[in-house]
Amino acid sequence: MANFIELFDTYNWDNTLKSIFSKTEVEVENALAKEKLDLEDFEALISPAAKPFLERMAQKSSRLTKKRFGNTIQMYAPMYLSNECQNICTYCGFSMTNKIPRRTLTDVEILKEVAFLKGKGYDHILLVTGEANRTVGVSYIKNAIKIIRSQFSNITIEVQPLDQEEYELLIENGLYAVLVYQETYHREEYKKHHPKGKKSNFNYRLDTPDRLGKAGVHKIGLGALFGLEDWRADSFFTALHLKYLQKTYWKTKYSISFPRLRPHSGGLEPKVEMTDSDLVQLICAFRLLDEDIELSMSTRENEIFRNNIVQLGATSISAESKTNPGGYTVEPQSLEQFEISDERSTEEVVKMLKGQGLEVVWKDWEHFEEIQK
Amino acid sequence: MNKILKIADKEFTSRLFTGTGKFSSSEVMKDALLASESELITVALKRVDVQNNEDDILRHLKHAHINLLPNTSGVRTAKEAVFAAELSREALGTNWVKLEIHPDPRYLLPDPIETLKAAEALVKLGFVVMPYIHADPVLCKRLEDVGVQCVMPLGAPIGSNKGLKTQDFLEIIIEQSNVPVIVDAGIGAPSHAAYAMELGADAVLVNTAIAVSKNPVAMAKAFKMAVEAGRMAFEAKLAPIKNKAEASSPLTSFLN
Repeated sequence: MANFIELFDTYNWDNTLKSIFSKTEVEVENALAKEKLDLEDFEALISPAAKPFLERMAQKSSRLTKKRFGNTIQMYAPMYLSNECQNICTYCGFSMTNKIPRRTLTDVEILKEVAFLKGKGYDHILLVTGEANRTVGVSYIKNAIKIIRSQFSNITIEVQPLDQEEYELLIENGLYAVLVYQETYHREEYKKHHPKGKKSNFNYRLDTPDRLGKAGVHKIGLGALFGLEDWRADSFFTALHLKYLQKTYWKTKYSISFPRLRPHSGGLEPKVEMTDSDLVQLICAFRLLDEDIELSMSTRENEIFRNNIVQLGATSISAESKTNPGGYTVEPQSLEQFEISDERSTEEVVKMLKGQGLEVVWKDWEHFEEIQK
Repeated sequence: MNKILKIADKEFTSRLFTGTGKFSSSEVMKDALLASESELITVALKRVDVQNNEDDILRHLKHAHINLLPNTSGVRTAKEAVFAAELSREALGTNWVKLEIHPDPRYLLPDPIETLKAAEALVKLGFVVMPYIHADPVLCKRLEDVGVQCVMPLGAPIGSNKGLKTQDFLEIIIEQSNVPVIVDAGIGAPSHAAYAMELGADAVLVNTAIAVSKNPVAMAKAFKMAVEAGRMAFEAKLAPIKNKAEASSPLTSFLN
């Protein structure tokens, strides 16, 4: 396969869903007994037939996670740089048609936000923007990385999809990882939710991890936004994507995130509900499929869920997040991209983790390659 | 009393080397590592803030008998490894380095080509180089040729706790090596460690099996005892394994 799109086009959404829903308890049992799982096993584990096995899945997931990651949790913080956006996304607070004040942080403002996060102890940072190529294009992102890189060991971005050369430029300047969620792998639904802007190009987005792999980025984060379409099929395609990428770009690390639709200004109700139990099932299924994959949990989820999921398979979490540019100190009152569910301070979350016998890891990277001056 | 192990200019009473990853807290790590009586402890450069004297991990390792062994985990090429080693020498004041180059982030398997390149460069720069490698006897000789002070072949994939899956190759390495052989990675139980020592390994490096145990302090002690017992057995010379009793009428009796 020259790229994922070719592989993806050999699959069909409805057949995939049918295959998942036809899985039996015997197939779940078999998957649970195996050491190396394939995508058929993964289908069984995310199927309704696996529900009675949830506790067993959780036990195994917890054990595998401990073996690989030990008693540790990686901390990271998101930092929103801009809410300017030329896309229409039906579920997003920053969508172009939403009448909200737009703001893009200046260098001085970025450094103010950085000072706040450094004060909390963060050393891994996630920079987030909307898609506004004239104001928040590659040169803006490159500049942001350059001015903060001496203060963070590990810089990740979650911004509009870029070209391979653009990623290469950012990597040369100290970028570590890129998160790019497909939102949904359902072509037609995707069109409905992204009617306008560059983001409406499904294939360009689907091809993004390939461009990232070719650019040689250290880590690629995948995920689907749960609520747009059936979470089981979307998760299957995420797993398919992951397996393809791991074989093709074998030097790259991967992470999976599990965003569920959250309320925001101009909100959209989930089309397909995903319960807490479904989300636990999915997280465990990913761990059983892949012992070493990083599983990330944001503050979209509530306190109780997060307190428990750190023992079940999650390996990195954020805390005290703000989803508006300048949200930490510069302009705390501005509108958020979405409402977070866990509003505890970083200190409270750290205390909770330590109380559970988990070592909080702040730093787990160092730039040993040459970085552009 | 077992023989003293010498690597470069340092002598080690303990043949159990340990690591600092995966512990539930720095206090637990410190207690376990002290209980192990390990004198050489590896620490990932990417996990510590070498510029900060109060770094949480480094702070807990300040003990007279502990020698730090910085490792280059996270680098993907020889060039990055050399950069990392130099950074560590400058910041931590040690010219010892555990050379780990694993471009594959999943199984963390070492890249033999980049490792050989980096080892050669680092030896020239005056480092004591301890390379983490596959259990590849030819690679071990090549590394010896460029001047590494020991070799660290793996028993099984790192963190797998599967034991000495590479035993046949480890035995060849031990037989042929002119530098100490330290079995690194895959040792999941004290019995694996004892077995490696009985085979004649000069030392073992254990991390995950101690850190992830329910009782890391007790497990560290268990490994310490296993390594001592295995070494003692090796030095005492094990009786050969016999499948059958020897024939009572030997074929050569007519010679008497």
